[in-house]
Amino acid sequence: MNTQAISLQTMASPHARAANSVSVVMLKVMAALVPATAYAFYLFGSPAFWLWAITIAASMAGEAACLRLAGKPVKAVLYDGSAILTGWLLAVSLPPWAPWWIGVVGGLFATTLGKQAFGGIGNNLFNPAMIARIMLLVSFPVQMTHWVVPAGAPSLFDGLRITLGQMPVPDAMTSASLLGWAKTDMARGIDLLHTHLPGHVFDWNGARVGSLGETSVWLIALGGVALLYMRVISWHIPVTMLIGLAVPAALGHAADPARFMDMSTHLLSGGAMLGAFFIATDYVTSPSSRAGQIIFGLGCGLLTWVIRTYGGYPEGVAFAVLLMNALTPAIDRLIKPRVYGRTMGGKPISLKGETK
Amino acid sequence: MGIRELLTGVGWGVHPHDDHKRPAADVPLRVMPTPAKLCIPLLQHVGAPAKPLVAVGDRVLRGQLIAAAQGNVSAPVHAPTSGRVAAIGEVTAPHPSGLPFAAITIETDGLDESVSFKTVEDPFSLTPDEISQRIAEAGIVGLGGATFPSAPKAQLGRKHSVHTLIINGGECEPYLSSDDSIMRERADDVIDGVRILMHAVGASKAKVGIEDNKPEAIAAMRKAAQDFAQIEICPVPARYPMGSDRQLVQVLTGKEVPSGARTATIGLLVNNVSTCAAIHHAVRHGEPLYRRIVTVNGGAVAQPGNVLAPIGVLVEDLLAFAGLKSEPARLVMGGPMMGVALPHAQVPTVKGCGGILALTAEEITVVPPSPCIRCGSCVKACPMGLVPLELSAQIHAGDYDTADAMGLDDCLACGCCAYVCPSQMPLVQTFSHAKGEIWRRAQQKKRSEFTKQLAQARQERLEREARERVEAAARRKAQRAAQQAAAAAADNNTPSEGAGA
Ligand code: SF4
Ligand code: SF4
Repeated sequence: MNTQAISLQTMASPHARAANSVSVVMLKVMAALVPATAYAFYLFGSPAFWLWAITIAASMAGEAACLRLAGKPVKAVLYDGSAILTGWLLAVSLPPWAPWWIGVVGGLFATTLGKQAFGGIGNNLFNPAMIARIMLLVSFPVQMTHWVVPAGAPSLFDGLRITLGQMPVPDAMTSASLLGWAKTDMARGIDLLHTHLPGHVFDWNGARVGSLGETSVWLIALGGVALLYMRVISWHIPVTMLIGLAVPAALGHAADPARFMDMSTHLLSGGAMLGAFFIATDYVTSPSSRAGQIIFGLGCGLLTWVIRTYGGYPEGVAFAVLLMNALTPAIDRLIKPRVYGRTMGGKPISLKGETK
Repeated sequence: MGIRELLTGVGWGVHPHDDHKRPAADVPLRVMPTPAKLCIPLLQHVGAPAKPLVAVGDRVLRGQLIAAAQGNVSAPVHAPTSGRVAAIGEVTAPHPSGLPFAAITIETDGLDESVSFKTVEDPFSLTPDEISQRIAEAGIVGLGGATFPSAPKAQLGRKHSVHTLIINGGECEPYLSSDDSIMRERADDVIDGVRILMHAVGASKAKVGIEDNKPEAIAAMRKAAQDFAQIEICPVPARYPMGSDRQLVQVLTGKEVPSGARTATIGLLVNNVSTCAAIHHAVRHGEPLYRRIVTVNGGAVAQPGNVLAPIGVLVEDLLAFAGLKSEPARLVMGGPMMGVALPHAQVPTVKGCGGILALTAEEITVVPPSPCIRCGSCVKACPMGLVPLELSAQIHAGDYDTADAMGLDDCLACGCCAYVCPSQMPLVQTFSHAKGEIWRRAQQKKRSEFTKQLAQARQERLEREARERVEAAARRKAQRAAQQAAAAAADNNTPSEGAGA
């Protein structure tokens, strides 16, 4: 072979790269969401599917529109999958039979104001799915707390009509979520030991009232473990978030069971699992150092408990994560790994203080 | 491991799934026949370039000194075979820029006639200084790639009373196996070199760190070292960059080298196994460093393996010897993580070159970078505990001072961060650029300070001269006055009081 003719690319080292890319990461997270989402379709029927599809479409449309406005390449960025994932995460945190426009407004909001307004992927301060969820909850409290009892799924077409609002949801099927019920009863002066939660008998299968994909805790946790196994996420945030929620819950319940819900209810209800494995672990909005992630996770868990217990809303995961998102830049600034050969303060280690 | 490490997790570096070392590493060492032309660069080491001692047209012999060391940190250069000096001038340097650098070009005559080498029966009867002298004369530099001249390094070790030699057999770069090869095939030479170096430095023990993905090398080295209790063969986990001095020291001794300091300051001196073998040849057999084992590897190479090749052989000749089966998309001198991409194949090898890679398009990923998604992978991978994403962000924002304060100077340019980055950010490139920029600014500052000093000195000189002129004038005036007074006194012939006042 004529070596004179070789045309070479000279580039800076390294010349090898791990087979990893943003879209691979996003695909792995989506794959981990599949079991819980599929189960939700089974549980809540086709309206859940339509809502899911609409939310994702809206979130992609929002991203595409912003990219076009900014004159950035639309296709390449859309293909990274982050907009799909944002829509998906938002969808699984919505009430399963919410009307179509909830998905559209939420999806658009998540990627436009929640993400692209900050400068696109990597620059958003808040988790786009969670900020959209909070926006929806504050703006449309009725629709956002309109839960259905998992029962007899309507046909695909009827489901679409429910989602499109052309067919009323049968009254017998609506209910408050477990956390919501507890909160309302507490407000009415009924303590937790005496509330009666119809359809809320704790069901380990996840066949409970709740948002689209949050109910099947075990499938969510399974997805989370898969993410850990694939090394998409590390244990630091999920484990510490669950600890941050479990410890005060256990202490509170031990002190006054009539006022404080028990630990397993806290852990297995609402968005705790989804939050711990899929929401709080969002790369962009969580600290990058391991020590910082531990603080972040503990904060998310603790704030979730505080908001659920003392706040005005029954569910606290989304608020807690957003609050900790706001603290992330500070955590990253203050907590850095120790540099090799330097003290925590950044001074070169002394020669005498050799560690053995 | 402290509680903090337990909580925050240890595990720097990367562990490439396929290290591409085999099958090349398992092929027996081949000796390359002398090529028609050799270009021996004058600067193959850290320090001052060597000064040519031959002229165009001179006949040289194998092992003959052709360029002498200049200054304290430098290394001489020897002819790898016999032939005629065809040119002394510039050739393309093994650097992506393709800039020229000075080299002596030899047209070989195929006779391979040699000068006579001065052998030493018992190197341990020599004084440390005599050993350093022989190492210096042989032109030995760190063959792991750092290319710091070995003789001044040994002297530095003696000055710091180094007690332990750390021998680097890590060879953590994927694709490369030249150290592996020397340990498998020349383990006795390596161990002898270690003993000689211990004697030269005054160290009482040596620890040889070898990655556990080289069981054959570990076995061979254990066998060679079995009679020497002071030399310990230590298998270490295969993890890039285990072969970095600081990481190997940490793994083998649990100590950290303070930031900005040399390993010698904590009583350790790190040398590569190939360097030790070269020391053995130099001190025992008087043979200078004019050839070395080079791994020729990569998807485009027909017969990958290790080749004993003269230093200064052109990359194209080396590739022709191993054969190419497809057109390489990139040629790399060194390993894929830290090696330099070559502009073309008409580039000579140097002493520090342990490998030439001809990589195919599939082996190199050229994906345009996308924005950082703050995944933290680079933070986990960095063996120095840096936060590459923050460094990169600061540099892109033009804030070099903050990047410097965050430890940019501690960056090894090992490439772990860029290797794992899902966004394909050019992190190492960014860091090298910033280091260069900071260096340039420091130089400029130094220069402007120097200029200021010069200006100030000039000003002072002018003022001093002016002052001196005035003083001299005053003195002359006083003298004249005195003379006049004296003359007047003599004229008047009358005694005067205080005439000289
Ligand atoms: S920042 Fe420097 S030392 Fe750290 S991984 Fe990147 S290249 Fe290596
Ligand atoms: S690995 Fe790349 S994308 Fe991830 S935090 Fe580091 S620079 Fe950003």
